Order: sequence, then C-alpha cells, then structure tokens
Amino acid sequence: MIGNKVFQLHVPEPQCRPGDTPDFSGFVVPEAGAAARPPVDVDAENIHNLAYDIIRVTDDEGRAVGPWAGSLTDEEALKGLRDMMTVRSFDARMLMAQRQGKTSFYMQALGEEAVSCAFQAALSPGDMNFPTYRQQGLLVTAGYPLETMMNQIYSNSADPLLGRQLPIMYSSKEKGFFSISGNLGTQFIQAVGWAMASAIAGDSKIAAGWIGDGATAESDFHSALVFASTFRAPVILNIVNNQWAISTFQGIARGKAATFASRGLGFGIPALRVDGNDFLAVHAVAKWAAERAHLGHGATLIEHVTYRAGPHSTSDDPSGYRPKTEAADWPLGDPLERLKKHLIAQGIWSEERHAQAQAEIDSDIIATQKRAEKNGTLHDGPHPSPKDMFDDVFANPPAHLIRQRQEAGI
Amino acid sequence: MPIEIKLPAMSPTMEEGTLAKWLVAEGDTVEPGALLAEIETDKATMELEADEGGTVAKILVADGTEDVKVGTLIAIIAREDEDASAVEAPSATAPASAETQQAAATPDVENVTPKAGEDPASLSTDPEVPEGTEMKRQTVREALRDAMAEEMRADDTVFVMGEEVAEYQGAYKVTQGLLDEFGDKRVVDTPITEYGFAGLGTGAAMGGLKPIVEFMTFNFAMQAIDHIINSAAKTNYMSGGQMRCPMVFRGPNGAASRVAAQHSQNYGPWYASVPGLIVICPYDAADAKGLLRAAIQSPDPVVFLENELLYGQSFDVPVMDDWVLPIGKARTMKSGTDVSLVSYSIGVGVALDAAAKLADEGIDAEVIDLRTLRPLDKAAVLASLRKTNRMVVVEEGWPTCSIASEIQAICMEDGFDHLDAPVLRVTNEDVPLPYAENLEKAALLKVEDVVKAAKRVCYKD
Repeated sequence: MIGNKVFQLHVPEPQCRPGDTPDFSGFVVPEAGAAARPPVDVDAENIHNLAYDIIRVTDDEGRAVGPWAGSLTDEEALKGLRDMMTVRSFDARMLMAQRQGKTSFYMQALGEEAVSCAFQAALSPGDMNFPTYRQQGLLVTAGYPLETMMNQIYSNSADPLLGRQLPIMYSSKEKGFFSISGNLGTQFIQAVGWAMASAIAGDSKIAAGWIGDGATAESDFHSALVFASTFRAPVILNIVNNQWAISTFQGIARGKAATFASRGLGFGIPALRVDGNDFLAVHAVAKWAAERAHLGHGATLIEHVTYRAGPHSTSDDPSGYRPKTEAADWPLGDPLERLKKHLIAQGIWSEERHAQAQAEIDSDIIATQKRAEKNGTLHDGPHPSPKDMFDDVFANPPAHLIRQRQEAGI
Repeated sequence: MPIEIKLPAMSPTMEEGTLAKWLVAEGDTVEPGALLAEIETDKATMELEADEGGTVAKILVADGTEDVKVGTLIAIIAREDEDASAVEAPSATAPASAETQQAAATPDVENVTPKAGEDPASLSTDPEVPEGTEMKRQTVREALRDAMAEEMRADDTVFVMGEEVAEYQGAYKVTQGLLDEFGDKRVVDTPITEYGFAGLGTGAAMGGLKPIVEFMTFNFAMQAIDHIINSAAKTNYMSGGQMRCPMVFRGPNGAASRVAAQHSQNYGPWYASVPGLIVICPYDAADAKGLLRAAIQSPDPVVFLENELLYGQSFDVPVMDDWVLPIGKARTMKSGTDVSLVSYSIGVGVALDAAAKLADEGIDAEVIDLRTLRPLDKAAVLASLRKTNRMVVVEEGWPTCSIASEIQAICMEDGFDHLDAPVLRVTNEDVPLPYAENLEKAALLKVEDVVKAAKRVCYKD
C-alpha cells in the first residue's frame, strides 16, 4: 500500500526580492557568435537548441562575430544607434512631462530599446506590427514624427487619435503600427489573422505580433501558435521577455521547466531565443524570420531576452518587489552602450561624436516638445473638439447620435 | 518668482498622498531632475523630481505627513538669481487633510435614512445598528479588504486570487495586508490570463472551495465571461442541483479617470441579465463591506462590481461583528416626496448631489440605491414610485439595454397607474468613452442632466 501523499502547491519565487543582493549567477550568457545560423526553410525539429540558447552577435569587445553577423551596413547600424538614443531621450522628456501633470500616464522602454528599433529595421513598408507596450522604437525607427507622438500623449487639439485613446497607445496605419490593446494578448492572434488575410489576398506583406512574457499565459498566445502553425501564416511572433510583468517575475508565467521560445516547438514553429540587448543580433534574427515568411515557409517565434530597467509604468514602483540595483547587474548589459562600443570598435564612431549626437537629439526633442505643447496638454488647452466624440462610432452616424450631438450644442 | 512645489497627482485617481521622506533639506542646491522627496500614493511609492534647478528655500510639509491633498504647497525653491533666505512661506500652508474634505463633500447618509417601518418606501432589512454602535470612518478600499479578511478568518475554504493580489497588495491596494496574514496559499498571484484563472476559480468552487477571483478591472474579464456565464452561473442548474459554484468575481467596474474606451465600461447590465448570477454594485463603504461579506457567504456565484473612483472615498462603517447585509435589498439614501432618483454604484453620489440641487429649487427628491442588480428590488422601486409618482434613473453606463431600461420596464408593467410622467434615464453618452479630459467629462453622467430630467418629469422645466 502506498500512503496518501499530502499535496503542497509549488509557488515559484524570483531569485531576489527588495533588500537582497541581485544575483544573476544562474543566468548563463552564451558566447557571442557561437549559435549556428540555419537556412530559412529549416524545419523546427532540426533547430530545437536555438529555442534554449541565446543568439548573440556583439561580443564583449564590441566586435560582431559568428554566422549571424553582417546583416547591417555601417550606415544602418549608425541609424540604429541614433534611433535608440532618440527613444531614450524621448522617454525621459515624456516621463518628466507626466510628473509635471501634462499627461496622466507614460511608459518608458528603458533598457529594451534595441528590441523594437532593430526589429523595425528588418521590416519593409506595408508590413504591420501588432505591438504591445514599450515598442515606441518601432515608430521612431519607421520615421513617425515625434511631435505627432507627443500630440497623442498630450491628447491635445492636434492628437491624431482625436482625444480618444490612452497616452502612448499610438496608431499609424501608414507606419505599420496597429493600435496597442490595453487588454493584453489580444493582438497576438490578431496578427496571425492579419497575416493570413495578406496571404489570402495574394499580397506580400507580413505581420509581426508582440507579447510580453507575462501575457504568454493568455489563451490568445496559444491560439496564435495553433493558427500560425497550421496555416503557415506569414507572421513573426515576438515575445519580449523583460523578466517582469509589473511585480510578477517571469517564472510565474513560465514555470522553471523551459524557455518561452520553446513553447513554439510543440507547434512545429521554429523558435529562436535572441539577446534582446544586442542590436545586431535582434536585427539578424528579425531579418531571418522576415525572409522565411516572405519565402512562404511560415511563422517564426522569437523570444527577445531583455530586462525592464524602469518601472512598468508611471503608476508603478518597482522597489516594492525587486532590488533597486538589479537593472545595473543585468548580465546582457545596456543596448545603447553595446552598439556604441561596436561602432567605436568599427572605427566609425567616437565618444565625442556620441556626446555631440546626444546633445543634438536632446535639444531637438525639447524643441519638438515646445511645438507640441502649443497644441495643448492634458489640462491646458487647446483640447480635441467635442464634436469628434460622436464620430467614428459607426461608419454612418445613426440618428440618435446626431441628436445627442445637437443636444450637446456641438 | 520662486518655484512653488505642489504635491502632484502621480496617477489620475490620486487625491492625497503621504510625504514619506524628503531627499533634500533647506539650503540644498538642486539640479533639474534631482529627486526631491518620496511620495506614497494609493498605488505605490514614487519619487518627486525637480523640474527646474535652484536652492531649496522652504520645506513646508514635514516627513511622514499623511493625507496631504494633491495640489498642497509642500516646498519652495529659489531660482538661481534669487536669495533663498529671503523667500517667505505663504501663511496658509497647512496641508488640508483629505479626511476633512471628504467629510464635507459627502452627504450625511445616516441622518436622512428613515428608520425601518417609518417610511413606506423603505423595505430595508439591514441588520439593526444598536444605539451607540461605534462608527469607523473607512475608505471603500479598506472596507472591502476588511470584508475579505473577516470571511477568510471565519472560513478557511475562502481564498483570493488574481493578478498582483499578493506581493503587490493588489493593483488598487484592495488586498493590502492579506498576504502577510493568510500566506501565499490563500492569497495567490496568478499568471496573466483572466480566462485561465476565472476557469481555475470556477473549478475550485466546484471542488468545494470558496474562491474570490479579483479582476484588475472588469474590462479584462471580457475574456473570462465564458466561465462566468456558461459555467459558474449554470453549474447548479445543469447538474440538477447536485453541484454548486459558490464564488465571488470582484474588481473595479465602470469609468475611472482617463483610462479611455477599453477600460471604462459598466458591466452591471451585462451580468444582471444572466439567470444564476447574483450581481452586487455597492456605493459606500458600509455597503461594500456588508455586501461583500454576504457575497462570500452566498452559495451562488456572485459578480461584485466595485468602482475605482469610490475606492479612496471615506464613509462611516458600523463596528459590528455581524455586519452582513441582505442581498437583493435596495436602500433609501434620502427620503423625498416629489421625484424618485434611482441609481447604484457611483451614480448614487451623482443622484445625491442632484437631490441637493433640486432641494434648492424646491423639489424634494427621494434617492434610492439599488445596491443589488440581480435580484433587483422591484418592490422598493415600485414603493418609491407610489410615493412620488415620478422617476429618473441615474446610471453611469450606456443607455441601451441598461439597468435604467429595466427599471423603466418594471414601472411600465407594474407601476403604470402610479406614473404621472414617463420614467426618464440619465446616462453616459452612447459612445465609447474618449480619453481627453474635456471629452471624457462631456461623455460621462452629469449632475446637471439629472437635475434637468427631474425638473422635466415634475413639469417644472
């Protein structure tokens, strides 16, 4: 007879909590350049190891090494650095604007700039992102005007979304940025639907879905993998694993068993785990996945391993759930510093040019902010027009809404 | 002009904060962006930064001061070209306590509630509050927390789960302290999957536990609605009465502040249309506590709809061990003779404000708080109608297929002979809620619209 066991639930705990010394000793950083680069038509079953490895290109000396190196020209890499610096400087200004009450809410991408900036550089015009939070780099890299972004954040009279949407929930059809959904996960499966529609229409545009580590627990994530796998949709499915879903560490969504990327393998989808703080690696992997989709081989799942160096949003205080200095100890470093070091090692950049570029970017953003604020901020007008409130509820306004607008005197 | 540092609103719902700690002292020079102080809000501790540089001339609110109202002058910084020692503090710098402001703003409900039996409109069977019972001033947030803690102490099958409920103490701090008292087996942080943990909770209830499932907002419960309606609500019925699903789905519902279309919806009418569900929508702290305890004790699944804007508001709560309120009973918030204003949740505050304005114009309005949306207290609605013969329904939500429509149907079917005017509904505009401050205000329920509708049914417009 086997005695009845008294069950105990397992509740995973992060390595460190506030007051502890950050400890990443269990985090293995693979050697840059060591991961193989398979052909884009590879079967998932032949590259299982890439779902557990971390693809890295930039080594500690700033050299680009290994088979994934060389996807960018020097000019493109310089633009990448500038884009990341712009995102960081923009974030700092907008965070300050939130503290000053000019908007109610903001989310920085601090520490994760390479993920979106490098990824967008691998897409073509017409491709569509279904982003989640912290991907303002997609818009910045695509050349969306910073002033328009600020107008949206301030919800002012020049807000392209007419005062309807939350700050930072941008939307640009032209720049391939589908609106962000505050209800997490929904856009992952919608990206697959968009990609399938592109295929059905005989088009050559691809879609990119985005989800955080925490939201992979949503059923949308699993639905997306099923459809992407079955129909070989031309889509790139991105998981940004920045270690923290507000206060919940990534182990709560994943357990200890495997990586997020490895979830793709059960669906037969090639899954690549990439160093999300290595601009060159993110770009190379994104380019590989885009080519795979364009050639009709179907979807790729990418896990970007990074770290959310700032709070979740301006309503969050991370010192309540993780050591204050944890970000500084993150073993994959800072994406801007790493690309800067690479460009200096290439002999095409210098500390002096960097400082000068920083000053230019900062002053440009301050000037842009002044222009945007002329269009109003959250509390100080001018505001969006009240008549816009009744438009776009339906394609053709129904009579009762027209009446409501008239009764409101607008 | 020296720079005045006022306590900023660090989130749209922040009304007051604690000045936890100054990081600078008088006489210090600060650069733009320097950290000035740590502020504790209703959600988190945050650092206040200097927008401009200068010398700290005066610190006006001491370390550790609680309940400092947003906008209170807390420090003065002299600009570079100014003499810090010459800066004078303005005379009235004492931080206004949020408590006293709230006391002034909230109508004294206890005084106007008629005693049971005295008033034909009051069908309340709330527990008798004995003379001399101590009243505790509490926020709705604290009352909800106390209700859960008391039920968890009394019944070890009760547990709470949801996103951020444990380590973070709740996205809106409603589960504050529960992890410390009850441990991580009964206060459970879940992965981000409302569909997943609503289903898990439904299964746990079927398995004999009493889960309290917290949704960060009911907007995120849209994906969980299948478990709530197709499983939890029907378990008892479909199993021929063999199996029950005693659980509470709770969280904030309705519009908060500046959270726009996807985060501002009132699901009261949605859930209230479903047989098998109990739907509760309290207004003040005493009701929040007494009704949440009743919900946790209920053998049926309960959808318990809170309101983020009410979380921080303070009301009197009787200090009684058995403060458990009856489900399905409305409450007369203010007795009146000329017109009935029927509402629930945050709309009750709007109706009370409207009643005060109407009183100034000689109209004596009665205010009824439905408290429970299913089962709906038809008798209370009809009794009030018999008394005033005029009714306006006040609802923070859309007009179509609303609780207001339901009240109109009840009055049409069972109160037709007592109607002196058509029942009117005052609601939000029939559009997704826009974000911008001016548009949001224009789209939401307004006191003046209630006043206008009340005058119209009294033929005094």
